[in-house]
Amino acid sequence: MTELKRYLAPTSLDQAVECLKGGNVTILAGGTDLTPQSQAGRIKFKQTLMNIRHIPQLTGITLEGKEIRIGALATITEIMEHPLVRQHLPVLVEACDHFASDQIRNAGTIGGNICNASPAGDTLIPLLVLDACVELASMPEAKLYRHCMPISTFFTGPGKTRKSLCELVTGVRIPVPGAGHVSRFYKHGTRPALDISTISIGLAADIHDGVMKNVRVAFGAVAPTPLRATATESALEGRHLDAATIEAAAIAARDEVNPIDDVRATAWYRKEMIHNMTKRLLENVSA
Amino acid sequence: MSALKHEIEFTLNGVKRKVTVDVTMNALDMLRDVVGLTGTKYGCGEGECGACTIQVDGVSLNSCLMFAVDCAGRTITTVEGLTDQPRGEALRDAFVEHGAVQCGFCTPGMMMQADHLLHKHPHPDEGCVKRGLEGNLCRCTGYKKIVDAVVACGADK
Repeated sequence: MTELKRYLAPTSLDQAVECLKGGNVTILAGGTDLTPQSQAGRIKFKQTLMNIRHIPQLTGITLEGKEIRIGALATITEIMEHPLVRQHLPVLVEACDHFASDQIRNAGTIGGNICNASPAGDTLIPLLVLDACVELASMPEAKLYRHCMPISTFFTGPGKTRKSLCELVTGVRIPVPGAGHVSRFYKHGTRPALDISTISIGLAADIHDGVMKNVRVAFGAVAPTPLRATATESALEGRHLDAATIEAAAIAARDEVNPIDDVRATAWYRKEMIHNMTKRLLENVSA
Repeated sequence: MSALKHEIEFTLNGVKRKVTVDVTMNALDMLRDVVGLTGTKYGCGEGECGACTIQVDGVSLNSCLMFAVDCAGRTITTVEGLTDQPRGEALRDAFVEHGAVQCGFCTPGMMMQADHLLHKHPHPDEGCVKRGLEGNLCRCTGYKKIVDAVVACGADK
């Protein structure tokens, strides 16, 4: 039984957030998750189905000052092919390249990947290590209100975020990394295509004279949310990447994740993989 | 209880169409059950198999993962419209020549995805074709003949 009563396809951001005021809205963008989830009965439609694909403010990939702004409707393919992203954010390109299949990359949007808030969401790990901020829009009174929230505080549980029902994700903002910035992404699954991560790892840091600063480490599919690995970061911050530091960081990584047993892997296997692959990624950076 | 309906207009294989669909219907069901074009196949219904691949505004996607209402205003090509175009025709001939069709169920999706691949990479090597077709499953051929057909089609031009 659905209580769906209205279908809307607004053409401006104002119209969309006005419609969201009541909060009783299911949002449709690429549809690659909403279609199977709703048909399987895992998602119940709310009173209004709102297709946000016709809102120009949600599109585009642009350089704005020292940030790259990716509109919520940018597809995974658009992101991985965009010159700005390829030049400045190779770790995001790498994650997009491991995302599902060509057909799904052509339809799925980054806004959708963020709002689905899967612990295994492929783009979320690079966004975490790149210090991305999520842009939100709402209309608390009669006026459009926009603000940004660091993605590291955005996720609260599987499928759950701090976004209120009256808010719309309009895009994501990523600071352009400076000189000396290095980053890596690794995803483990049973086949290259169409696989949900068993684990994924993102790593970013500024390296000057061999010393790591502003270290960011994030893990996917090992906790209820995509996880910023603060203990692993502390084990690396301000240090030279020698064998002892790498081993200490890999152990910190294994100890701070809290995975579950599921159809894709056991918790034990995930912890071992986090240890081994964190080590391998760091060795790759130091090589 | 009657489901919520919505009227949409779009271009399908070069022809303007106007149809009324259930708002929660996917594009695959619309093509097969409302429009009556059954070339596009239902395989898994969740984007794993690629049998329902169509092209929308020039890019390939899984029609089972698309809302029918989201077709409004867009240009859609299905396998029925593919062979009206020279590349589609060449692809069909290459599939026949290389024995890339056995039971045939994956073939419409394979052709639609291969066409998109050839649009982006006119002369793909084997690795490029395998990568491009990784969202399409075939349970008969072991893929070799399909990959050979697409590589040959790119080499012809």
